Amino acid sequence: MIPDFIIRAIELGLLYSLMALGVYITFRILNFPDLTVDGSYTTGAAIAALMIINGFAPWLATLAAFGGGMAAGAVTGLLHTKGKINGLLSGILMMVALYSINMRIMGTPNVSLLRETTLFTNISPMIFMIIVVILVKILLDAFLKTDLGLALRATGDNPRMISSLGANTDTAKIIGVSLSNGLVACSGAFVAQQSGFADINGGVGMIVIGLASVIIGEAIFGRMTVFRATLAAILGSVIYRIVVSLALRVEFLEASDVKLITAVIVVIALVFPSIGRSWSEKKTARKRSAELSREVPERA
Amino acid sequence: MLKLSRVYKVFNAGTPNEKIALTDINLHLKPGDFVTVIGSNGAGKSTMLNLAAGTMRPDAGELRIEDKLVNSLPEHKRSRWIARVFQDPMAGTAPHMTIEENLAMAYKRGQMRGLRFGVTRAKRDMFREQLSRLGIGLEDRLRAQVGLLSGGERQALSLLMATFTKPKILLLDEHTAALDPSRAELITRLTDQLVREQQLTTMMVTHNMEQAIRLGNRLIMMDKGKIILDIGPEQKATLTVERLLHEFEQISGTKLSDDRVVLG
Repeated sequence: MIPDFIIRAIELGLLYSLMALGVYITFRILNFPDLTVDGSYTTGAAIAALMIINGFAPWLATLAAFGGGMAAGAVTGLLHTKGKINGLLSGILMMVALYSINMRIMGTPNVSLLRETTLFTNISPMIFMIIVVILVKILLDAFLKTDLGLALRATGDNPRMISSLGANTDTAKIIGVSLSNGLVACSGAFVAQQSGFADINGGVGMIVIGLASVIIGEAIFGRMTVFRATLAAILGSVIYRIVVSLALRVEFLEASDVKLITAVIVVIALVFPSIGRSWSEKKTARKRSAELSREVPERA
Repeated sequence: MLKLSRVYKVFNAGTPNEKIALTDINLHLKPGDFVTVIGSNGAGKSTMLNLAAGTMRPDAGELRIEDKLVNSLPEHKRSRWIARVFQDPMAGTAPHMTIEENLAMAYKRGQMRGLRFGVTRAKRDMFREQLSRLGIGLEDRLRAQVGLLSGGERQALSLLMATFTKPKILLLDEHTAALDPSRAELITRLTDQLVREQQLTTMMVTHNMEQAIRLGNRLIMMDKGKIILDIGPEQKATLTVERLLHEFEQISGTKLSDDRVVLG
């Protein structure tokens, strides 16, 4: 039997996996470390919560959250490309600005959805999210193979080349950052509906969690093809939640230690592959030189 | 096809580092012309190419492509007419994407990029056929990541990507300079073959005099931001490296001593 807390972790991982996909788009495809995520996640939660308590259908609220996230991402993209503001800084600016905007949307720091009808009122989050995540993955994989998607990937991979082939890299970046934050906001909307509230500080640290998911996924599943890379982001998100829930079962650790655990996980996932690589290189070199000294002993 | 009229370009104008890159450049490429451009470092060859491509704008003068004034068109909008191959073999291809994906992007040169699949079965067959013309076995590696190819292979791919959509103008920026002699020879041969087959209007910057004489129907020599020598098809057929060096000394009054101008 799978313990209950693991099931809950998988469920959470799936809820947050759309955010991981969003971070994958900016961080890996566009090569653009976008910090808007911390703000746009909350924007998604805020829009969905506000619309639901005002009687809109939950699916419509979630769709609106996606749109809100896309708008926020588009502004970050515009600041960076047209305003020529450094990528990190434009993300930070937008993240700060979104705090006030999110407050305006919600009106109070916390909106409760406990008695409202949400997406998860009639269906378990697990089943629902499995369907949604598979759908989103298929759509995203397909998009990244279209002409526009190829231009988007090339914008991160070799901007000079794709520009000489006639694609506008500014537009590609804006589209990418926008799509990314749309997915992030979707995650925010899902989590708000699952947990029963939206909080103004709900998005704090989201970018690191997104990075952790992407990096863990890549370390385990690789990223040679689009199919693998998106799968890695999704499963990375699930594994991250499992690791955190396992860590929190250690008596000594408290809930507030989650951020520290996250940071440590990211560091391990970043450092470990390169240590492993140099280790295996050394091993091959040792083996090879041993072979050589056997073959030509007199030269030594 | 491509016309530069009274083009000037100065870098760092008004500062102690002011450098006059181009002075009163007049150049007219007719359809099917293959012009090779030589000259020592700082002569303005690359600047001229960059102005044509749209990565830089002229300070004064006119740039026309097919009689259309393109002075203010950015690079990505000129790509409808202009294809480029860069000196750096890494510059012309996207390393983390496959050969077929790179070709699919080049296939869409200058067109709207929409939500249709970039690589379709029909396109894949076409890519395979095009790649086989290079004769280096890339047609069997359509799904290989371009980053795994050697510099020569990547440059051959760049060349194919630049030419197979029949651009109006092909700009080659010392595209064999970063390769070893045998690879450079391969790319030179492919360049000749591809340009000839499609009768592309081409401008090639090179440091290699032998290559500049061997390829194309017209040769231009530049010095200190000016075109100092313009040799047409008849004279070019009998041109030798010695005659070229002699001409240079006659005109500029100095010996061509820059060791980056290689003889052959």
